[in-house]
Amino acid sequence: MTELLFSKDHEWVRLEGDVATIGITDHAQNALGDVVFVDLPEMGRVVTAGEAIAVVESVKAASDVYAPVTGRIVEVNSALVDDPALINTEPTGGGWFFKIELDGALPEDLLDADAYTAFVDTLG
Amino acid sequence: MTDSEVLLNTPLDALHRELGGRMVPFAGYSMPVQYPAGIMAEHLHCRAQAALFDVSHMGQAELVGEGAAAALEKLTPADVQALKPGRQRYGLLLNAAGGIVDDFMVANLGDRLFLVVNASRKHIDLPLIESVLPSGVTLKPLPDRALIALQGPGVAALVPTQLTFMGIGEIEIAGIKVLASRSGYTGEDGLEISVPADKAEALARALLALPGVRPAGLGARDSLRLEAGLCLYGNDLDETTSPVEAALTWSMGKRRRMEWNFVGADVVRDHLDNGVKRLRVGIRPEGRQPARGHTVIQKEGAAIGEITSGGFGPSVGAPVAMGYVAREAAGDGTALDLIVRDKALPAKVAPMPFQPHRYAR
Repeated sequence: MTELLFSKDHEWVRLEGDVATIGITDHAQNALGDVVFVDLPEMGRVVTAGEAIAVVESVKAASDVYAPVTGRIVEVNSALVDDPALINTEPTGGGWFFKIELDGALPEDLLDADAYTAFVDTLG
Repeated sequence: MTDSEVLLNTPLDALHRELGGRMVPFAGYSMPVQYPAGIMAEHLHCRAQAALFDVSHMGQAELVGEGAAAALEKLTPADVQALKPGRQRYGLLLNAAGGIVDDFMVANLGDRLFLVVNASRKHIDLPLIESVLPSGVTLKPLPDRALIALQGPGVAALVPTQLTFMGIGEIEIAGIKVLASRSGYTGEDGLEISVPADKAEALARALLALPGVRPAGLGARDSLRLEAGLCLYGNDLDETTSPVEAALTWSMGKRRRMEWNFVGADVVRDHLDNGVKRLRVGIRPEGRQPARGHTVIQKEGAAIGEITSGGFGPSVGAPVAMGYVAREAAGDGTALDLIVRDKALPAKVAPMPFQPHRYAR
């Protein structure tokens, strides 16, 4: 399994070949609380890094999920529709959101695990 | 409220932190929105067993003196004078335009009235009440008392009392003298317990030590009250909304609706006689997507209202909401569209409460 990279918007990215699997981090799911609904992007949609393309709703609030990379949506996790709690229980496993076929290279501002942990610590 | 302003702490602040409460600013206070269990678990636990909430931020006061009830009735259409000793009821404070200044609880303690008002409104309510008092009646704020809500079907067995629903009296819990009322804001049976601030932590610890009692935060309190169809001041009620529009006509006493001698009575009477343009209703969105406060409500493409409270109901297992719609769209089953992120989410007007009340009547 390849190493995860992280965005400062609290998404994780796992790159396999030219396809990136993306979800939200454990820190993000913990801050959100119990997830009750997720609005996933359409298949085939072309997305730009930094664009809000999904929504995750907890009991308390709604939050945007951003595309951490530029490319095309090639798969979405339909299991989340019936079981959005997977985002809480398996944020970096069964709780993945979507897969993006990369257009170009990974953005350089993605963080490795240590840098992301340090970033989260700065948020208090 | 900005971060630079100092937040007030309740007498249970240290306990919240010890229990892992996630503290947030609310009405000028630092309050726990949830504990490590999370809003969903805290909500469901309240409906299954018993949950302890710190509501010490709410305003408590006493009204003392001959004619206290009549004086309060200048500001509220609730029948305060008919309230028997040991009984409590829900009421609304109104302004001259018939708008709701606050919703509150009033109890007859025999020699005085006991009031509980919203934290966000106490700085407005208390001077307003003070302004209508005749000589001989005094308003005494009780800033040195905490308020703890113990809610859920398990409470009656854990803290047995002689009180029935909306009964109030002095009782002793764990050796501490408290003023308890059999009421709450969750739709469940339970107690709201007023206790001197210096005894509050000891009381809370004693209650949390009872089998099945767990702490719950403001998040669960909000989802519980929404499922129970209960209003939150500032969301569902405000100074531009009348009791009739808010579907709270039931809180107005029959005698009061013959005498019409409260502030704003002419507007309220007009709303009752001639009907209102908008009404508060329950709303059930289809599917699982919640619609939050301020969501625009459409019917056949035209905007006809707005959601005032909305979220996911953990016990209902589906999104629930309340809001105001044009009167002609207020009938149960009316098909609506909720405009969530520029998309129409189908919904229907639905009866409240969404979760049946289980009060000990």
